[in-house]
Amino acid sequence: MDAKDREILRVLESDSRIGHEDLGTMLNLSKAEIIKRISAMEKTGVIRKYTAVIDWKKAGDDGVTAVVEVKVSPESEFGYDRIADRVARFPEVKSLRLVTGSYDLQLIVCGRTMQEVSEFVSGQIASLESIRETVTHIVMKTYKEYGCELQRSEGVERLPYSF
Amino acid sequence: MAVNYREVKGSSGSHIVSERRLSDTRKRYVSERAEMIPPSGIRKFFDLLLTMNDVISLGVGEPDFNTPWNVSVAGIDSVERGATAYTSNKGLEELRDLISSYLISRYGTSYDPQNEIIITGGVSEGLDLAVRTVVDPGDEVLVADPCYVSYSPCVTLAGGIPITLPCPAEDEFRITPDTLMEKITRKTKLLMMNFPNNPTGGVMKQGDLEAIADILVDHDLLLLSDEIYSELTYEGRHVSPASIDSLWERTITLNGFSKAYSMTGWRVGYFCAPPEITAAALKIHQYVMLCAPTMSQYAAVEALKHAEEAKDRMVAEFRMRRNLFVAGLNRIGLPCHLPKGAFYAFPSIESTGLSDEDFAERLLVEHQVAVAPGSAFGPSGIGHIRCAYAVSREDLDEAVKRIGEFIDSL
Repeated sequence: MDAKDREILRVLESDSRIGHEDLGTMLNLSKAEIIKRISAMEKTGVIRKYTAVIDWKKAGDDGVTAVVEVKVSPESEFGYDRIADRVARFPEVKSLRLVTGSYDLQLIVCGRTMQEVSEFVSGQIASLESIRETVTHIVMKTYKEYGCELQRSEGVERLPYSF
Repeated sequence: MAVNYREVKGSSGSHIVSERRLSDTRKRYVSERAEMIPPSGIRKFFDLLLTMNDVISLGVGEPDFNTPWNVSVAGIDSVERGATAYTSNKGLEELRDLISSYLISRYGTSYDPQNEIIITGGVSEGLDLAVRTVVDPGDEVLVADPCYVSYSPCVTLAGGIPITLPCPAEDEFRITPDTLMEKITRKTKLLMMNFPNNPTGGVMKQGDLEAIADILVDHDLLLLSDEIYSELTYEGRHVSPASIDSLWERTITLNGFSKAYSMTGWRVGYFCAPPEITAAALKIHQYVMLCAPTMSQYAAVEALKHAEEAKDRMVAEFRMRRNLFVAGLNRIGLPCHLPKGAFYAFPSIESTGLSDEDFAERLLVEHQVAVAPGSAFGPSGIGHIRCAYAVSREDLDEAVKRIGEFIDSL
């Protein structure tokens, strides 16, 4: 990993669809060099996935997203890792983090209905042995996701010509 | 994003009033000096644009980023807490202190915040202020050409005589000692220049400046250096003329926040010069502008304190777009110097056989890409077009495609 790799990552993070040739032109590297660097970063797992930021509400989807706070009793040998690993395996859990503060794990959980989300949290998460408490917050509106402001068209109002 | 200007409000053609009435009123009331200023070379394009859909505009002279939010918040905060009165004529002391530190650490130019810096309403005011402070009627002012459109009008309004100093493509859009020598007469008082340059993207390096420094000293000329694009320097570092010892005492340095921090609408910049010149300029500034907008000055304080990372991100993005766009232009057969600064490419369109005005007009009408004809920036711009790459990469790609189709259709 060097400065050029970091530049590549920053561009990919803002636009993962960019072509290798364009990326090379932008960063003064050959196309071959770009391909070499990207595949190295894919192999080592620095780049994990190429994805899109989607406004599902706009797509007409009326699914439910919840932020779930979880208090955990850490296990003597594994700490939080083993329980976190078990929670992470559920496809309903979109994100999972260990955080500082008044609870331990923060989950983003998605489901089709409120009922489905609450059944999942109480049935699959809260029932796990070392989990002491869960608090579920249903998302009412998403304002920003992965750096994209969803409620506002980004950009600047400008005159078409100025000197 | 391509825009339907037909639907954009507030850019109406309401200036079209009865031509006859206008000319009568003009004769009776408008001063000869105002009449000497040519009308905007781009009005026609504005009007054309209003009839069109799906336009990509590379005609802009400002960044496409929002002002960094913490900077905007500082402006909003100042309004909320009631800091909406005048500041001192010179501008907020805190801002002048910060500018002084910034200039010495960034460019090695030393200006005393107490008596060598004035906060202005952008560099535009700074230009007018500088020219009126040092130019007497009949003085000749060398204007490095092509340049920002206000240079010659400012000189004319001050009663001076603007003299074009060509900086053509073959000189990499720089001032050379030979051209400078050719244009100097006994009446020459001032040289006005802007590097990194709008519209060409050209820069003057240390050696280029040293090469003209002795000439300026020998002929006792003043230098007005507009450095509004200084942060947008992509190869090496920006060299500020006032960092050269022999030039400091004869240089007025103008800079501002518009381009580096995406703050064009805030109208805040600064004027730096030796104390005697600054004192004279302050007299004009206090009667004409009084002070730069207060909330904008507070925003500028925040910009200098906490927006370096945002600035660096924008500069990195401009550099990448430049590489992409210039490669695209060369690919479709529009030879273009790699611009070393600012956010403009200035390709020659002479191979197409069209004038730059016709090229710009037909490109707009037939392929919905707006660019500025090079001749709008002075005689050395003839045969070129100014393309601002201050638009998204997607738009740049699409613009290159459309320009390519246009050239193929000729």
